[in-house]
Amino acid sequence: MPIIEVKDLVKNYNGIEAVRGVSFCVEEGETFGFLGPNGAGKTTTISILCTLLSPTSGRAFVNGCDCMKEPHGVRSSIGLVFQEVTLDNELTAYENLKFHCYLYGMTRHMAEERIDEMFEVVGLGDRRNDFVRTFSGGMKRRLEVARGLLHRPKVLFLDEPTLGLDPQTRSHVWQFIGELKKKEGNTVFMTTHYMDEAEVCDRIAIIDNGRIIACESPEGLKSSLKGDTVYLRTSDDGLAEKELLGKFGFRPMRLESGGLAIVVENGEKVIPRLFDGLTVTVRAVNLKRPSLDDVFLRMTGKEMRDSNGDRPAGSQAGGRK
Amino acid sequence: MSYRAAYVIVLREFKRFFRQRGRLVTTIARPLIWLFIVGAGLTKIIDARSHGSYMQFMLPGVVGMTILFSSIFSTISVVWDREFGFLREMLVAPVSRVTIVIGKLFAGTSLSVLQGMALLFIAPFIGLGVGVKEAFIMFFLTALVSFSLTAFGLFIAAHLTSLEGFNVIMNFIVLPMFFLSGALYPVGNLPAFLRWVTFINPLTYGVDAFKHVLLPSGGALAAEFPFVLDVIYVGVFAAAMTLFSARAFERR
Ligand SMILES: Nc1ncnc2c1ncn2[C@@H]1O[C@H](COP(=O)(O)OP(=O)(O)O)[C@@H](O)[C@H]1O
Ligand SMILES: [Mg+2]
Repeated sequence: MPIIEVKDLVKNYNGIEAVRGVSFCVEEGETFGFLGPNGAGKTTTISILCTLLSPTSGRAFVNGCDCMKEPHGVRSSIGLVFQEVTLDNELTAYENLKFHCYLYGMTRHMAEERIDEMFEVVGLGDRRNDFVRTFSGGMKRRLEVARGLLHRPKVLFLDEPTLGLDPQTRSHVWQFIGELKKKEGNTVFMTTHYMDEAEVCDRIAIIDNGRIIACESPEGLKSSLKGDTVYLRTSDDGLAEKELLGKFGFRPMRLESGGLAIVVENGEKVIPRLFDGLTVTVRAVNLKRPSLDDVFLRMTGKEMRDSNGDRPAGSQAGGRK
Repeated sequence: MSYRAAYVIVLREFKRFFRQRGRLVTTIARPLIWLFIVGAGLTKIIDARSHGSYMQFMLPGVVGMTILFSSIFSTISVVWDREFGFLREMLVAPVSRVTIVIGKLFAGTSLSVLQGMALLFIAPFIGLGVGVKEAFIMFFLTALVSFSLTAFGLFIAAHLTSLEGFNVIMNFIVLPMFFLSGALYPVGNLPAFLRWVTFINPLTYGVDAFKHVLLPSGGALAAEFPFVLDVIYVGVFAAAMTLFSARAFERR
């Protein structure tokens, strides 16, 4: 039996359809990712699964318990790291963790043991008696992940756990989550709008506008693409677009960040032909093997915003509108 | 009901209270200002026409005021917790809503009792005798009044999503509640439409009960309602508010 089961979930916030009929399953021990831009409905779905929100319609089960009818059963089997920081700044790191342990009914002895263990894991032992308000963003995140794991949940929900962190801290947090998972073997359900972060998942659901548009392993998604993406920056994108279609028969996609992208079977062979055939000046060209960025671009026809992964140089240079 | 969870919720409120210097200072200063600055001035005018001293009359009112502000203010932590997300840490835990409400209620109540009872130490300095028996009765009364006002505050706080909203409530509900409670003057002298407000106001009955215990009976400044009515009204109000606030924390 899957540990998370969601059927036709719909959430309507007074007219705003945040989630429009989402269904999926997550197996025990899996790392499952929700990937989608801001406003896609990721947090809304997580909030329903974590019993913080009632859906407009549809059903959701976590660890065999109905999220609507048996919230207590769901709550005792999950751990949650929220999108925004939810620590008490006026308490010390230790006090925040102790609060959590007692809230989950642990004895003092067990609480002390787990807290020591978790401080060890997140490397914050030397700051345990400092007020959380003196912590950096990365330290707060680490403390929150530690808190989410204190009661050994069967399912750990991570809602954009690296939001607002610098790249170095981000990779640190992921490394740490990966190691923990190896040790504890729990199911992880995470959301992100960073492409590169989604690649650590066993399976990914791409969500846009409240709907799941694909749900597969990262490799499966990439291989379903077949072909390379060529990113172009030219002196006149409009003309280049016409020429690509007219002379070569390619269907270019306009990138929000400026420039064009085409999907071809063999990028290395195509690029020299482009230089010969186009009358516009090509300023930059970049060839990319399929990545999740491209999957998203292909599935939704738009770029993933704020993606920090290894982006083509051309599109990275482009300014935002 | 999970005792461990309730305990740690209470512990957290206590820690926050004693760590906020500003709140501590306000708590100590506000009743003293009312008693010795406002009270000292008015005492001269009023004494001539009544039996007791006005400053004595003010003590039960100031105890009521301290409890009112402390109780309502302690529930701001719910709004605060919501604004900074901490409330959700509690709401996803396998702890019933009732436990969370009881934890907050108990914390708010005990902090209010502490502050209200501390004011009794002033009594001898303004010529009021408070014996062990009076102190004992006052303990139960302050607990009851504190509980009912904390529950009332919790009910309001459960519906508010911003600290700004809380300030509005503070001015439009809490201040009139204080002024129209008989804390500063007997409510019998008020015009009819204001007297109706005092009849609904739970603090009226709370302060009246304190007057029964602390002030000598008889005279223009003594208690105005039967003691039993005071206790029953506050008790019923407390029970209703507890129910309402527990319900207000259900998910939307
Ligand atoms: N409490 C709310 N009230 C009204 N609309 C909301 C609320 N929460 C989220 N939304 C809307 O629902 C949509 C999905 O939001 P959310 O689930 O937070 O997306 P994500 O987490 O993927 O960024 C957005 O359009 C957002 O504006
Ligand atoms: Mg979100």
